[in-house]
Amino acid sequence: MSKATEVISPESSAHHDEHDHHDHIPKGITRWLFTTNHKDIGTLYLWFAFIMFLVGGAMAMVIRAELFQPGLQIVDPNFFNQMTTVHGLIMVFGAVMPAFTGLANWLVPMMIGAPDMALPRMNNWSFWILPGAFLILLSSLFMEGGGPAFGWTFYAPLSTTYSGDSTALFVFSVHIMGISSIMGAINVIVTIFNMRAPGMTWMKMPLFVWTWLITAFLLIAVMPVLAGAVTMVLTDKFFGTSFFDAAGGGDPVMFQHIFWFFGHPEVYIMILPAFGIISQIVPTFSRKKLFGYASMVYATASIALLSFVVWAHHMFTTGMPVYMEMFFMFATMLISVPTGVKVFNWVATMWRGSLSFEMPMMFAIAFIVLFTIGGLSGLMLAITPVDFQYHDTYFVVAHFHYVLVTGAVFSIMAAVYYWLPKWTGKMYDTTLAKWHFWCSLISVNVLFFPMHFVGLAGMPRRIPDYALQFADFNKWISLGGFAFGLSQLIFLALLIKACKKQGEPVSSQVWEGAEGLEWEIPSPAPYHTFETPPVVK
Amino acid sequence: MSQQSANNKMVLKLIVIVIGMFGFGFALVPLYDVFCDVAGINGKTDKTAAVYSSVEIDESREVTVEFITRTNTGMPWEFRAETKRVKVHPGELNTVSFYVRNPASSNIVAQAIPSVSPGTAALYLNKTECFCFNQQPLDAGSEAYMPMQFYVDPQIPQEITYLTLQYTLYDVTARASDLTTKPNPFMVNSAESGK
Repeated sequence: MSKATEVISPESSAHHDEHDHHDHIPKGITRWLFTTNHKDIGTLYLWFAFIMFLVGGAMAMVIRAELFQPGLQIVDPNFFNQMTTVHGLIMVFGAVMPAFTGLANWLVPMMIGAPDMALPRMNNWSFWILPGAFLILLSSLFMEGGGPAFGWTFYAPLSTTYSGDSTALFVFSVHIMGISSIMGAINVIVTIFNMRAPGMTWMKMPLFVWTWLITAFLLIAVMPVLAGAVTMVLTDKFFGTSFFDAAGGGDPVMFQHIFWFFGHPEVYIMILPAFGIISQIVPTFSRKKLFGYASMVYATASIALLSFVVWAHHMFTTGMPVYMEMFFMFATMLISVPTGVKVFNWVATMWRGSLSFEMPMMFAIAFIVLFTIGGLSGLMLAITPVDFQYHDTYFVVAHFHYVLVTGAVFSIMAAVYYWLPKWTGKMYDTTLAKWHFWCSLISVNVLFFPMHFVGLAGMPRRIPDYALQFADFNKWISLGGFAFGLSQLIFLALLIKACKKQGEPVSSQVWEGAEGLEWEIPSPAPYHTFETPPVVK
Repeated sequence: MSQQSANNKMVLKLIVIVIGMFGFGFALVPLYDVFCDVAGINGKTDKTAAVYSSVEIDESREVTVEFITRTNTGMPWEFRAETKRVKVHPGELNTVSFYVRNPASSNIVAQAIPSVSPGTAALYLNKTECFCFNQQPLDAGSEAYMPMQFYVDPQIPQEITYLTLQYTLYDVTARASDLTTKPNPFMVNSAESGK
């Protein structure tokens, strides 16, 4: 890898003469509205994702406030259900996925030596339809009867027979989110296929690019299936079809099959780019090459392929025949093999490395440890007979928050701490960053770890009230939740300071051990980069 | 520009994949039924009448068929099987009857949905006549007996000796506008005798 990224392009010198002409940056709001620049669009995506993270987080605060003690205190059950539903939808489609798309926009062209994304105008559209989608979703909360309250998985018949009129708005907003991610994915694929710099062969691509390429293929394969599922819900509810209505010859269990055929690859869409990020950061701060580059690529591809044949492990309790439960159990467990390869490779990269613990590395190590905990509870859930006990309990909630918050979200934070100096040209406030890291790390574990225990003891998810014996644990979970929520305001303060360009200027390499094309260009990254492609040896 | 045309070509291919996968989402609907049929899971019986001809009766075996009835949430009908369970020889034609009463003050159209357990037995439970093949209207306050004629396929695996047929009754009045005027051949209306 490291050899691959030696640049012999005259970029920095030749570029200098044209500097003022090329670095003309449009001003005002129209810059952002009409921008086709991958860096601007990346910034828009990242800020949008962060705002959505705070909005979805505020909903989590409502949930945790209600669950602080047993009984119904703050919100009524219907509103509680809307909060769990919209919290899930916003975090999945509004926070994690746009954040990864934002990182792809910023980094993929810089990493492969391309001047921009392949389809800049479509790039602009794919971002700007997103705020509309979430405005529709959020405004549905103010409709008579409230917004969607059937869980982010919108199982039929909850979303058909028993849902309110706001379901139509839910369906349209999911359609728009889907179109946006499909456009983003097409853009990433075309960019990576057609715009790599001379010499940037497939097996020289940075792992973040590889994982995003595979993620993009997952996106174009399953987002259309989600679009089909919401369309069927729409016609079942409003136009008298019976896809999921047994009375008309349909089958509600079929909804779960179609949904999870989308849903399981979707969870890898939310974690594969995270694997890419960690694979960029760990070698930098270990001052070693990534251990097992090729095996990382193959592991990512195998995870992506396997993700299509494990979906029914979400529905072990629907009454499947035993041999199908066995198949889905073993297929699911098989995924832990390539995932284990990745974790071992990261550890092996650190082994006997010259380690230093800057902010990105701290988050990356936290990711490796905590994501592995989430992976292990996932392995437990894969075991069919015990899943009958764990199904729909807080154990599941603990599992997917470990892989999505301390997994995906921590990786995004690691990425921001890693590349932010390259974007702004200044080192961020490392004191605030340390506060952010330690507060987040402690509170996130107070928040999610006890959920394992209440889940094993039988506390069901998506219930606004609970039995008295869960009261103490829930108090701690809520306190951890509030602390984790507040910790993110430190991150907000840090980001605002960084965007005001406060801090020490950084070199173009920023981090001592950093290697790759993005570290060859000046910091802050000029508005236009690699207009003459670099030659990669 | 070659870069431009290469991009366009690639976008076109990817859009074809996207449209294909959207179609695949809908194709999953019939595929799901086909798969369940072939694998003999999900306990769904045929939606059309089987023809009973030249079926050999296997006197050496007996299979118990149990009947369970339930009504969907919000469906006010009274619904029960006149015969709770019956022992049959595979291949033998049997007729059982189900009782329904509409205690509501409005006319209601019902649809019965069968489900067989164990699921693999569904392939061998053949119905030559069933009230579940059609929607069943019933006037407010009236009652009826609905017949069902079936035989168990002699090919049924040896290990299946007991199978359960469950009917769930759904209120489909909203979507069945024309049925109230059409008398149903399988329904023996006994509103008078019930009074």
